[in-house]
Amino acid sequence: MYAQMVKTDSDRVKSLAEMNPQERDFQERVDRGEKIEPKEWMPEAYRKTLIRQIGQHAHSEIVGQLPEGNWITRAPTLERKAILLAKVQDEAGHGLYLYCAAETLGVSRDELLALLHSGKMKYSSIFNYPTLNWADIGAVGWLVDGAAIMNQVQLQKTSYGPYSRAMVRICKEESFHQRQGYDIMMKMAFGTPAQKAMAQDALNRFWYPALMMFGPSDKDSVHSAQSMAWKIKINTNDELRQKFVDQTVPQARYLGLTIPDPDLKWNEEKAGHDFTEPDWSEFFDVIAGNGPCNRERMNARVKAWEDGAWFRDGLVAHAEKVADRRAAARVAAE
Amino acid sequence: MSSEWPLWEVFIRGQHGLNHRHVGSLHAPDAELAIKHARDVYTRRNEGVSIWVVKSNDISASSPSDKGPLFEPSNSKVYRHPTFFEIPEEVGHM
Ligand SMILES: [Fe+2]
Ligand SMILES: [Fe+2]
Ligand SMILES: [Fe+2]
Repeated sequence: MYAQMVKTDSDRVKSLAEMNPQERDFQERVDRGEKIEPKEWMPEAYRKTLIRQIGQHAHSEIVGQLPEGNWITRAPTLERKAILLAKVQDEAGHGLYLYCAAETLGVSRDELLALLHSGKMKYSSIFNYPTLNWADIGAVGWLVDGAAIMNQVQLQKTSYGPYSRAMVRICKEESFHQRQGYDIMMKMAFGTPAQKAMAQDALNRFWYPALMMFGPSDKDSVHSAQSMAWKIKINTNDELRQKFVDQTVPQARYLGLTIPDPDLKWNEEKAGHDFTEPDWSEFFDVIAGNGPCNRERMNARVKAWEDGAWFRDGLVAHAEKVADRRAAARVAAE
Repeated sequence: MSSEWPLWEVFIRGQHGLNHRHVGSLHAPDAELAIKHARDVYTRRNEGVSIWVVKSNDISASSPSDKGPLFEPSNSKVYRHPTFFEIPEEVGHM
């Protein structure tokens, strides 16, 4: 998902009986649905896992601005441009809410950014795919934000208070994102044959990368089991992927577009669609840094950070000068 | 140089007549910019009519381990709630 394959440092989930009193007290609070707040005791592995997960989520929001930002200056109308600008600005906000949540766990903003820029922390695989034409911006809003919503809605119930509150804010803003994407898709799919072909092409390229966003099947993963016990993960990757497919199929049908999967069909028995899994070797390759845009994305991030350094420092110098001047004036007045 | 901007807590009054409420935090070099950033980060959809910012370092907080001594004493004082008292129906609304 926005956080894919987060490690938990555990090799199996402890039972209540094996825990020490402090751990048991913590687990029972989580089981009761209580929120854990920043200064309260928490297992070290819970804290570290959350930093990884929330950090990865925040990085995804920030890096996710790049493929869409690419089209702000080339949006077909002024209205579309204003809408896309607002959408991309929201994503910056999402990154900020999440970085703040991560910082309550004792990591600094600069540390998190340094980990992203050095490649030690990841962001979602989806943002390493290019946005080649305007229909791609429609497909990103519809499918990528659609998949993100699936993940984020359940995370509103997560056990860590600041993370849960960030998710509530984010979810309020996300449905605008998905709808503006679908609105672009409608315009394209009901437009000229050439526009419809562009919409179909965008769906063809984004379908499997969108399915990959949920991560490989984790029904046998220790990390997922531990994360679920801690309620920092609520559903399995497969459950969310299934939900996403079932929700998206009728939306594609309405557009008159074909999902690029000849084996996709309704399965009455499970009351859901059967569908083809994405190519997981491609996913692991993208995660390892070899997707179509990994290098471009990282270069853009690092360049923005480095080029902005003199400006950030200048503002600090100014703030210090003003504070000194105020202090001097106070002394003079006494 | 590159020192990290300090952290600020942001409080927003949603409508006239309501209290300012804590909505989150952000980094900014000074109070003036903290308010500008708060405008961009927390009020993009008309969420507020007034913003307060305060440096996170300037906030004193009760500690989680004091939860018992601080808040438990009020548990036993149910008479502080109006529902503790039964008023006969004939008396009417009170
Ligand atoms: Fe977002
Ligand atoms: Fe997003
Ligand atoms: Fe979004």
